[in-house]
Amino acid sequence: MQVDIQHLKKGEVNLGTSIMAVQFDGGVVIGADSRTTMGSYIANRVTDKLTHIHDRIYCCRSGSAADTQAIADIVHYYSQMYNQQYGERPSVHSVATLFQRMCYGNKDQLSAGIIVAGWDSEVGPSVYNIPLGGGLFRQPWAIGGSGSTYVYGYCDATYRDGWGRDETVNFVKNTLALAMSRDGSSGGVIRMCVITKDGVERLFVPGNELPKFWEGKEVIGNVSKAEVLPDPMAIEV
Amino acid sequence: MTSIGTGYDLSASTYSPDGRIFQVEYANKAVENSGTAIGIRVGDGVVLGVEKLVQSKLLVPGANRRIQAIDRHIGMATAGLLADGRYLANRARDESLSYRDTYRSPPTLSAVADRLSLYVQAYTLYSSVRPFGASSILGAVDKTGPALLVVEPSGVFYGYKGAAIGKGQQLAKTELEKLKFDELTAREAVIEAARIIHVVHEDAAKDKDFELEISWICSESNFRHVQVPSDLLKEAEEKARAALEEFAPE
Repeated sequence: MQVDIQHLKKGEVNLGTSIMAVQFDGGVVIGADSRTTMGSYIANRVTDKLTHIHDRIYCCRSGSAADTQAIADIVHYYSQMYNQQYGERPSVHSVATLFQRMCYGNKDQLSAGIIVAGWDSEVGPSVYNIPLGGGLFRQPWAIGGSGSTYVYGYCDATYRDGWGRDETVNFVKNTLALAMSRDGSSGGVIRMCVITKDGVERLFVPGNELPKFWEGKEVIGNVSKAEVLPDPMAIEV
Repeated sequence: MTSIGTGYDLSASTYSPDGRIFQVEYANKAVENSGTAIGIRVGDGVVLGVEKLVQSKLLVPGANRRIQAIDRHIGMATAGLLADGRYLANRARDESLSYRDTYRSPPTLSAVADRLSLYVQAYTLYSSVRPFGASSILGAVDKTGPALLVVEPSGVFYGYKGAAIGKGQQLAKTELEKLKFDELTAREAVIEAARIIHVVHEDAAKDKDFELEISWICSESNFRHVQVPSDLLKEAEEKARAALEEFAPE
């Protein structure tokens, strides 16, 4: 059995994406870019890929927008039912299991890579990665989507255990900015959520305030100041 | 029961004019005819104890066990019709497994008891079935801590610190009420369980032989439902017999 990553139906909306979740001492930080594409066309440049599942549990969606929305809706419903039936919030593990079951059971029909993250009273913060085939992996940090492939090395080299909230937020922000700058299917703005015992805080980084890294000057060399450059946007009179 | 013979007790699907379902009450009678089963919930675990009346000297020791395993961390002691108890245990196992299949984690005891009680209740609704002639004491240590629940033939279930069902339930309950549940350890609760079972046997069925069954779920059993170690069971039985010498029911 082969899961075809590339195959999307003609005209299907794709979350060719950069998503991420990192756990820290008191909670988790999740983040995503905001680009949704249909082929080369950007169908939505301010998408919200951080989807509410329960009070303290969110997921990051990558793959087909339709598939992942449908799965998230169903798991959202199951989570509410769990809350009613057992009189307590579902654990992140339980919710991740529900996602995993749907993703594995329908792996031939689906194109969905999901990261589930949140806080629960049993284990505190946790991050679960559910990649394409429907596996389930608990990780201290997880990245996903097409953009993630460009930044695995950065994450491996940068991530440290024992970070606090602010360091974790910066790590997510920087990683996503790097992924968005290299991946054509990622871009727009950065959306992040900090989920702790006390609540969910949303953070927003506009497209013109993304963290900047090396952009080429060192290789091209500094242009001499004496040289008068033509203004590329000048209008001839 | 003055209404006997009026025809309202022939089916579980018919109420009597004063709103009772006699078939369910008869099911409770079946429970009251059975050897006693008790459960003790203490700070660090749960202990289940059963007075298993031996029908024949020809039976192999350990046959027809009335304490059964539902899940790794859940045990169940039944009183009433033995076969009904085994059937309910089987159902409880299915429910526990179904929870595990869905959520990939061990169920809480209340989740299992909730589903089991719905099943038991369904047998009080139809003329084509008979309500279960068995009550079950469910014990577990789950993520909420030690838990002890009793599911009755009507389908209701209650949580207890100390529970008793079967022939000697009244006396067993009076004895249980004397225990300090917050101070006992599971090991001490085993001794108490053995003593109480011996006391109620002496009171209600001393002419019959019986086997003592005791299981526990606690840190000493690694939070698994298992029979208590044979040396502890032996110690408990000896102490129980010694206590009987001094005990005089009022």
